[in-house]
Amino acid sequence: MTRLTRRYRFAASHRLQSPQFSEDENRALYGKCNNPYGHGHNYVLEVSVQGAIDQQSGQIVNLMALDQLVNEYVLRDFEHRNLNSDVPEFQKLVPTSENMLRVIEQRLRSRWPAEWPRLESIRLRETARNSFELQAT
Amino acid sequence: MLITRKAEFCASHVCAQARLTSDENHKLYGAAANASGHGHNYVLEVTLEGEPDPVSGMIFDLSRLKEIIHSKVVDAMDHRFLNYEVAPFDKIVPTAENVAAEIWKRLEPSFRDSRARLRNVRLYETDDLYVDYDGGRP
Repeated sequence: MTRLTRRYRFAASHRLQSPQFSEDENRALYGKCNNPYGHGHNYVLEVSVQGAIDQQSGQIVNLMALDQLVNEYVLRDFEHRNLNSDVPEFQKLVPTSENMLRVIEQRLRSRWPAEWPRLESIRLRETARNSFELQAT
Repeated sequence: MLITRKAEFCASHVCAQARLTSDENHKLYGAAANASGHGHNYVLEVTLEGEPDPVSGMIFDLSRLKEIIHSKVVDAMDHRFLNYEVAPFDKIVPTAENVAAEIWKRLEPSFRDSRARLRNVRLYETDDLYVDYDGGRP
């Protein structure tokens, strides 16, 4: 197995607030992440691709094509945005890192060229102390 | 149990295929196709798997591991131009994938007769790009 991992960065703001809970419950559940004005992070996104090394190119996947896909379908919409108000998926979904991973996976998967090796996993680091991983299905 | 030792080496390379034109290579590899080459501070993480020896408490002697990494990999690749000075990169493109696989090939025989076996080679070409290779297990 050979796995290539590419790391991307974006800065974004969000507020964790679920309409299913009361104001007090939201404050109790999300703590300072529930601050009404929002707050931001320098996110680090890791995308791992698993496959065989192509004998001629020496690559698993073309890096520039991977960068382009991630830029076009994830970073362009997330970079320097307010996730709650600017990214359609988070109009109704709380932009926790867990939900962000799901959204990012869906965005990548729906545009993933059939001939590419498989998307193995994605990881999202919200701060130096919080990181989340999703094994792609 | 896993144990990981880190090492670094600095090397230059060109990512280009002889059968392709300069334009085609730039399309495929981007700036890495620059014919004069460019370099990286590679960071290598070598992971061994095994159970600690009941007497020494170690999976593998770490200073011995350091020696192996240096004698098999770092001494050969550090401050070298991979395409011109390190086989097989006169014949295959020294992408991070191929360099990681070559490092595995150079290291793996050293662990055949020990309690520990080589489990993974992780090679960082930059902070934002790394490759994991486990010898091609399915």
